Amino acid sequence: METIDLRGVSCPTNFVKAKLALEDIETGTTVEFLLDDGEPVKNVPRSLKADGHKLLGLKENGGHYVLTLEKGED
Amino acid sequence: MADAKIDLKNLKAGGFIKERGKDLFTVRLRVPGGRMSVDRLSRIAAVAQKYGKGFVHLSVRQSIELININFSDFDAVVAELGEDQQKVASCGARVRVPTACGGCEYNPNGLVDTQKSALAVDEKLFGTDTGHHKFKVAFAGCPFDCPKSATNDVGFQGGVWPALDAAECISCGLCDKSCTVGALGMGEDGKPVFAADKCIYCGDCLKVCPTGAWKSAKEGYSVRIGGKWGRNPLVGTLYATFLPEERVVDFIGSVLAWYLEKAKGAGRVRIGDIILREGTASLLDHLRRDFADYVLERTILPQVIDTQLPLR
Ligand code: SF4
Ligand code: SF4
Ligand code: SF4
Repeated sequence: METIDLRGVSCPTNFVKAKLALEDIETGTTVEFLLDDGEPVKNVPRSLKADGHKLLGLKENGGHYVLTLEKGED
Repeated sequence: MADAKIDLKNLKAGGFIKERGKDLFTVRLRVPGGRMSVDRLSRIAAVAQKYGKGFVHLSVRQSIELININFSDFDAVVAELGEDQQKVASCGARVRVPTACGGCEYNPNGLVDTQKSALAVDEKLFGTDTGHHKFKVAFAGCPFDCPKSATNDVGFQGGVWPALDAAECISCGLCDKSCTVGALGMGEDGKPVFAADKCIYCGDCLKVCPTGAWKSAKEGYSVRIGGKWGRNPLVGTLYATFLPEERVVDFIGSVLAWYLEKAKGAGRVRIGDIILREGTASLLDHLRRDFADYVLERTILPQVIDTQLPLR
């Protein structure tokens, strides 16, 4: 599974980077994003959901979050 | 200017405030909710340019004030502003122009349409003579309460009652972390547990939930009554929750009716001081007649903030 590390990237750049990364990925593929705690984890997952991707999981992992999602239709 | 013909009804409508200089007045223009079309703004700018001193002042209650207007220009100013669409604001013992934050239309925090409420109140109640003292109304879109609604005679604060659809929850724990008042915890099953008595209706759980598992069960205004600022500040207290937006005008009407009756003979006294004298039960009972579904069982008196002599 592809992992996109967005740690250290602040809002809203992290969301824009996530969008760009998803452009190169096939619909239906599962990807993982690493997000900082705080504003990033509060904002990025729901913005990606609003863009039509399916959220599969969001777990805390030693100070940051791992978001798993399935890419939606383009 | 003995021959100047001044239409005194313009003066009585209020909004003309005497300045220091001879013959000079400030003209306060109403801007309910602080929103103004760009067309009106340009028109005001043109009038200010022609009759004022090159600047305007934005009042703390969101009105635009034209400064240094000579009283002999009143009629021309009113005419050129376009009287029908740009009425001057009120002063004195009247219902003032309501203030409001941006509300839910474009502000991501907003839970209710404060702008719509401010316009409705402005249209229906603006300038109503209270017979006693000024009467201020404010609308906040959420419990962040940037407009400080509880410092108004009646203050409205948008709120939402959260309900969980557990099937959509992916157990991330973000809602628990975001709830600043401790109304949420995580249960053994990995789903959030809701402590209703601690909830302040802020909607942070709805906003943060990445899957939309938290839904709005109901929305509306938390209403606080009896606030004011100035020399003897009072903070208004909670009388109703989840008041629907479309009942706001009637609710204020009902508060005004109680105020007018109880303040008879009391002179220039704000509603908060009348509540301190009468107690809260009478106002609660009065409001319950028409708003039983929203009015609380009990509340506390307006809270005195002794900002002047804290060591007294
Ligand atoms: S009260 Fe809430 S909705 Fe209104 S401006 Fe403040 S944060 Fe935004
Ligand atoms: S609405 Fe606000 S206070 Fe109530 S549970 Fe959600 S986050 Fe907590
Ligand atoms: S934020 Fe949503 S998905 Fe996460 S634990 Fe709370 S309800 Fe479940």
